[in-house]
Amino acid sequence: MTAKKVLLTGIALTAFAGTAQAADEVNIYSYRQEFLIKPLLEAFTQETGIKANVIFSKKGLLERLEHEGANSPADVILTSDIGPLHDAVERDLVAPIDSDVVDSNVPSHYRSKEDKWVGLTARSRIIYASKDRVEPGEVQTYEDLADPKWKGRICTRSGKHSYNLSLIGSMIEHHGAEEAEQWLSAVKDNLARRPQGNDRAQVKAVKEGQCDLALGNSYYYGKMLTNEKQPEQVEWAKSVNLIFPNQDGRGAHMSISGAALAKHAPHKDAAIKLIEFLTSEQAQRMYAEVNYEFPVRPGIEWSDLLKEHMSDFKADEVNLGDVVKHRAEASRMVDQVGFDN
Amino acid sequence: MTDITATASATLVDTRKPRRYMPGWYSIAWGSAILVMLPVLAVFWLALFPTDNIWPHLAETVLPVYVQTTLLLLAGVGGLSVAIGVSSAWLVTMCNFPGRRLFEWALLLPFAMPAYLIAYLYTDLLEYAGPLQTFLRELFGWQTARDYWFPEIRSLGGAIGMLTLVLYPYVYLLARASFLEQSMSIRDASRIFGCTPWQSFYRVSLPIARPAIAVGLSLVSMETLNDFGTVDYFAVKSLSAGIYDAWLNRGNLGAAAQIATLMMVFVIMLISLERIARSRQRQFTGSDRFRSIDRYSLSPARAWLATLACALPVILGFLIPFLVLGSYAIRRLDQFAEADFLAYASHSFTLSALAALLTVAIAVILAYSKRLYPTQRSLTLAARFSSMGYALPGAVLAIGVIIPLAAFDNSVDAFMREYFGISTGLLLSGTPFAIVFAYCVRFLAVSSGSVDASLAKVTPSMDMASRSLGLNPLQTLRRVHLPLIRGGLLTAVLVVFVDAMKELPATLILRPFNYDTLATYVYQYASDEMLETSSLAAMLIVLVGIVPVILLSRTITSTRQGN
Repeated sequence: MTAKKVLLTGIALTAFAGTAQAADEVNIYSYRQEFLIKPLLEAFTQETGIKANVIFSKKGLLERLEHEGANSPADVILTSDIGPLHDAVERDLVAPIDSDVVDSNVPSHYRSKEDKWVGLTARSRIIYASKDRVEPGEVQTYEDLADPKWKGRICTRSGKHSYNLSLIGSMIEHHGAEEAEQWLSAVKDNLARRPQGNDRAQVKAVKEGQCDLALGNSYYYGKMLTNEKQPEQVEWAKSVNLIFPNQDGRGAHMSISGAALAKHAPHKDAAIKLIEFLTSEQAQRMYAEVNYEFPVRPGIEWSDLLKEHMSDFKADEVNLGDVVKHRAEASRMVDQVGFDN
Repeated sequence: MTDITATASATLVDTRKPRRYMPGWYSIAWGSAILVMLPVLAVFWLALFPTDNIWPHLAETVLPVYVQTTLLLLAGVGGLSVAIGVSSAWLVTMCNFPGRRLFEWALLLPFAMPAYLIAYLYTDLLEYAGPLQTFLRELFGWQTARDYWFPEIRSLGGAIGMLTLVLYPYVYLLARASFLEQSMSIRDASRIFGCTPWQSFYRVSLPIARPAIAVGLSLVSMETLNDFGTVDYFAVKSLSAGIYDAWLNRGNLGAAAQIATLMMVFVIMLISLERIARSRQRQFTGSDRFRSIDRYSLSPARAWLATLACALPVILGFLIPFLVLGSYAIRRLDQFAEADFLAYASHSFTLSALAALLTVAIAVILAYSKRLYPTQRSLTLAARFSSMGYALPGAVLAIGVIIPLAAFDNSVDAFMREYFGISTGLLLSGTPFAIVFAYCVRFLAVSSGSVDASLAKVTPSMDMASRSLGLNPLQTLRRVHLPLIRGGLLTAVLVVFVDAMKELPATLILRPFNYDTLATYVYQYASDEMLETSSLAAMLIVLVGIVPVILLSRTITSTRQGN
């Protein structure tokens, strides 16, 4: 009997650890790593007195929200890309963010058409080109990557990764499915190695001479260039030129990290306050500094690093909802052309 | 509880029929089997509702690749794990060679290493830009990757290697326990009849150890199937890659559940085949377990070969990755100040300990019920079925846990609102209970393997003697069986504990707000390509895992008192 008691007490004790209940709080289901959003949440708490509680996981949180239903404690969903935002809307898990502040802070192509999600930071999917082996101007567009002259010279992560699916989705949106598939197939033929690793690993491969061009998100450049703990990454970054594609046309492909309001949010007011705060000048500036992403809010002064290396590029302003809707199609296409094989 | 005299007389009257002195026990057995089955059933249920049919497309494009890759992965990891596990277990048990006593426990060390961690570490070490290849390039003056050949770590072969290095200890553990328990007289008899030591191994010891090796192999196979971290990192397209693609990229959880179900069916078939193959074998412990083993003495050359054979898995599976991790951790000692390691470690420890005790308790209930009610096939099947959760990828299992828990919480809430006007909210969802529950479902297979095996070795005459002396089934369990299978129980507790310490995907999804374990803390950084930042926590996972691993080795060795 005593053993049982100990066990039950143990369960009870752990059950109450970590679920602090404060009157003023907001609960976040986050697809973004906590350490990336922590400074922002601390600033939010300081300003409003509202405590922010977080659960981070890269998958499964929407399913948790869905099955918890009306009793779910979640108020805000934070994501690191648009995929889960799109899914949340599709599954009717979110309520419109009813806020003039948010509407005026964030341009409309970074918001859902029904205000069901809002972008918080933007990044571009760019081409990292070897300084030694690629002449400036030699590659200018995503479409150029299909040119046979790059045969055996391009590196990228898995075609199934959400960043690449998003890029393929934008190709489908701009060119139609058939042309996008031909493009993808031609890019596949130009790959130097089977898609693998993460975005940084591609730049590393350029530095080491395994390939000459790499696809990667823009913020990794800042992360590598300032990596004091692993100085070798600085070398990788210094070995490449950044190419923002399609500057004479539609502009570079953009994606976002964002937020949505849970349909049954128990602290709805606090949730809206948090989302408004995340689009405020202060938060937008911090965001860009923490992770080298672009503020979605116009008129925010960029950090020095962004100004030096990434200023004045033209961004594709297609509504991201129109890109993400092609995600399943893009995933099928990756299978179809055997991109990852 | 029934009066002792009544029990005794009943025993005398009727010796064939399953006795139902304890209907309570029977319901508890079914109750726990159903409870553990719920998440697996929830995944089956999900499989009934795909958003659209992905199979035609899959079959046309990547399914053959998924299936082929998965089979190769299973065959590779399974084959290598058996080869390494059985041979090293045989060597340290039956032969004398330098370092034997050290290897007895050191061979278990890689078990403390999470697969995703070893994959990260070896990639850093062996990839093109890693120190080894850079060194070779400088040494030989090669310029680019086209100048020489080097095995690609991010490949099917690499994944097989990584998984084998951390999974072979399952086979080693069970094979060694089995070799230790074998009667010396059987081996001696085989030698007298003219077997060479090799023949004696192949024709006597190995067949006797086969059930144990089979259990080890089935655990290795299920771990291989449910792995996602390693195959994802290496871009190896196995079935679990297909599951996540359907779920996350196509928003089709139903289709993902279908692939997962297919995987489970596959495992059930594998295990059934093995069971059918040895269905007519039965073994009970011999009587001379207390005679110490006389080990073969090896010639010096062979002895050193044996040392090498045992050293390699330890060096590759533990020493090298541990040193690399250590070199990261030394650079990041500042993390001690920044992170609340005490809280993370205590969460990890509490969850894993609770899960280990509960899982083994359930395994004992199920195993003993099978013994009490041998005619109840359905209960046996339920018990076997309930351990299938192990073959599910952790994140899918987590969804399977969320569904019944949330349904329970919401029903209670609705009931309380309806009749008492109060809302109880979520009682179990989002509490550590959900995590412990998930661990139980996931690791029941591990504890069942060990508990079943040890219970099966207790001869039925023990039950008969105890029962005819007037003990009821529960007393028999407590006073006869549990003491006899103490070693097996402790093994099960320790293995589940170490496994639970390493568990990641279910913990991430099910945890409460602001709640980190060591594994989730490591993942937070590792998933953002910053493993070094959390290397200190990663070291802690391994270090905390080493303690039970060493205990484990002691437990096994002590099964043979004369040793």
